[in-house]
Amino acid sequence: MKLFAVLSALVLVLFAASLLIGPAGFGAGDSLRALFGGQGEAVTLVMREIRLPRALLAVMVGVSLGLSGAALQGYLRNPLAEPGLIGVSGSAALGAVIALQTGMAAAFALALPLAALSGALIAVFLILALAGPRGGSLTLILAGIAISALAGALTSLTLNLSPNPFAVSEIVFWMMGSLADRSFSHVWLALPFMAVGWFLLLRLGRGLDALTLGEDAAAALGIRLDRLRLTMVLGVASSVGAATAVAGAIGFVGLVVPHLLRPFVGARPGALLWASALGGAAMVLTADIAVRLVLPDRDLQLGVLMAIVGAPLFLHLIYKTRRQL
Amino acid sequence: MTLLRLTDMTVLRQSCPVVDKASLKIGPGEVIGLIGPNGAGKTTLLRAALGLLPCQGHASLAEMPVAARARHAAWMPQAREIAWPVTVETLVMLGRVPHLAGGAKPSDADRAAVAGAIAAMGLAGFEMRRATELSGGEQARVLIARVLAQDAPLILADEPVAGLDPGHQITTMEVFARTAANGKSVLVSLHDLGLAARYCTRLILLHQGRVVADDRPDAVLTPENLADVFGISAHMERTAQGVIFQPLSVLS
Amino acid sequence: MIAAAGLWLAAASGHADTVPQRVVSMNLCTDQLAMMLAGPGQLISVSDLAADPDTSPMYEAARAYPANHGGAEEIYLLRPDLVVAGTFSDPTVVAMLRRLGIRVEQLGLVQSLDQVPDRIAQMGTILGREEQADAEIAAFRDDLATLSAPPDGPRAAFYYPNGYTLGTGTLSHDILTTAGYRHIAGELGRSTSGRLALELLVLADPEVVITSSPYPAASRSEALMDHPAFAAVTGARGAFLSSNDWICGTPLVLNALRDLVAARE
Repeated sequence: MKLFAVLSALVLVLFAASLLIGPAGFGAGDSLRALFGGQGEAVTLVMREIRLPRALLAVMVGVSLGLSGAALQGYLRNPLAEPGLIGVSGSAALGAVIALQTGMAAAFALALPLAALSGALIAVFLILALAGPRGGSLTLILAGIAISALAGALTSLTLNLSPNPFAVSEIVFWMMGSLADRSFSHVWLALPFMAVGWFLLLRLGRGLDALTLGEDAAAALGIRLDRLRLTMVLGVASSVGAATAVAGAIGFVGLVVPHLLRPFVGARPGALLWASALGGAAMVLTADIAVRLVLPDRDLQLGVLMAIVGAPLFLHLIYKTRRQL
Repeated sequence: MTLLRLTDMTVLRQSCPVVDKASLKIGPGEVIGLIGPNGAGKTTLLRAALGLLPCQGHASLAEMPVAARARHAAWMPQAREIAWPVTVETLVMLGRVPHLAGGAKPSDADRAAVAGAIAAMGLAGFEMRRATELSGGEQARVLIARVLAQDAPLILADEPVAGLDPGHQITTMEVFARTAANGKSVLVSLHDLGLAARYCTRLILLHQGRVVADDRPDAVLTPENLADVFGISAHMERTAQGVIFQPLSVLS
Repeated sequence: MIAAAGLWLAAASGHADTVPQRVVSMNLCTDQLAMMLAGPGQLISVSDLAADPDTSPMYEAARAYPANHGGAEEIYLLRPDLVVAGTFSDPTVVAMLRRLGIRVEQLGLVQSLDQVPDRIAQMGTILGREEQADAEIAAFRDDLATLSAPPDGPRAAFYYPNGYTLGTGTLSHDILTTAGYRHIAGELGRSTSGRLALELLVLADPEVVITSSPYPAASRSEALMDHPAFAAVTGARGAFLSSNDWICGTPLVLNALRDLVAARE
């Protein structure tokens, strides 16, 4: 319970900080007054239409990625699993890009998150088929590399074929992710899908705990394994799909957060779910704040910071578990 | 009251029967040893009986709804997986999963069951230790404690004492015997015929997927059965300290 | 003075006596100047951008000429005796053409309205069409005088995809201020072009925002124009769309000026 309180407080503090940081340098007092009481002046517009949706999206994306990472690791019983590494985010990005470039997203707004969800779904099914729970770390990572590579190449191809000259150079956004210049339209678009995903994933706790003993023992303990798998797949696809549709593919959150918080929940996969949700929100908020402080004039991609933190940790995890690989 | 009934249960892999028309009945208060050479189909029989494998014929557990089955029978697989470095107490508490509703927290009854199971397996003081840091034998005892904590009328265990030192092998079999004395039943597959002879009230001998004997130990471990099924000769003797059984030599 | 500059250029290039007969242009802006000034049959190819309605106001005229894609091999095979390019044209292509013995003249970017006559004169000299160039310059100067307005117009900002805004040292800035508008780049102290955060645009609160019309299909860069905050700044009237006349420093910038002046009413 203490962990819950600490993480919640951390998220609230970072959320407030995110609201108060930006290129327009007005003071904290003015910001908050404009946010709550303003009528239509420029500061209110900035606070309500630019900073608030950005902070909300950071929390939503962070919760989705942290939760999905914990769920994948719990199900696959492998600490190296996370949506970015195993190609789920990349495939979601492919779905999103196809929806945008074919005009489907323009015709029907929900087409964007649905297409991203479909891409993510295909990737999760592929991963399960190639390297299901009985597959070892090596197979998992190899399958992830293959899926990521394919998704990345097809995304790049789709963007190159676009009649829009800007689209061609936007592969960086899709591969690395960014929360800059998002609006409430993105929040409302992503929220229903993410909410469904969170609901599904948070119900996995008992089943993931039982899976600690292996599939046979878990099944004998009364866990419906097929239902567990389907719930996990749909939950991950829905939340990661929606997150990627509005913010691009952001990697490493689902790897770093569960890893850091696992010792604090006694390694219990069920408890790690909500801890990773909050931790993910904190991590993405932190990175999004850092992006605005480090290089305020450039559009530094969120994924760059994530990779700088996450890739060394990934290397460390590989080193620690190399004997089992 | 029948705790487990198998009627002509057959498990096919491709078209080959790994378990061939097995029939048996288990009532309360029994410690049953499932014995047979490697590849006889012991694990397959146990998993199919639980409904973890598709089978032909009838298996009473497989036909129960999943939640009810979990409260009726506890299963300890041969592969002693512990995926995460959880504490011993957390691991043993997993045995209470069939009794915990949705998002419920463990009650006092659950905690008492866990404490009892930990004490029965001689693990008092280990509660806060990380299960993955224990020795192989200690981990096996923790997993058995989990099964005990589940408090089910029927326990099925696949090679639960393999790898334990003699003292803990004896302790575990004595725990099973006490469990049976309290009205529950235990179905364990064993390689150690000596232990099987001493602690089981009944032995089921499996050979190439078929049940070839289902009786008291002295009726099953006959020289003919030992020669046909295991290809060995053995010395069996009833003493004041119970049955003594020792394989002697391989028959050509 | 312009004539002196032209003569100096001619002397420096050392080919003052031969008028080029086969001219290839590989830059959008030199394409247009060349099409305006070249003699019949003198211009044999223009870049593919010249025929694109989104970027070229002379796209109909450009269809009369075979298009090149700015490649050295392609241009060499056209056997030109002169290639005109911009100073920012691909340096490897320019170097390759010169190595192959072809004369390449590079014209600089136009950054203010008073550089337009210079560029016209430069092209005139290169093509040996000084008379036509002088006529164009005179017409340009007359029209410009009628279109200039005092600086008491609305405050305006440029905001292109990716939040790209223009600085005070650009041609577009000069067009804007000549039409009497006030450019917020001056208030923000931005002499060079670059990215402007949406927040800062909102705070600057210009009365007019100048942007480009979107390309087909979607892009994140252009999604910025759909942002509610952007809509709030542009207001009910919407943004002013800059046309293809704005892009190059040719006499056609006068159309841009006319559009801006008309919008003030």
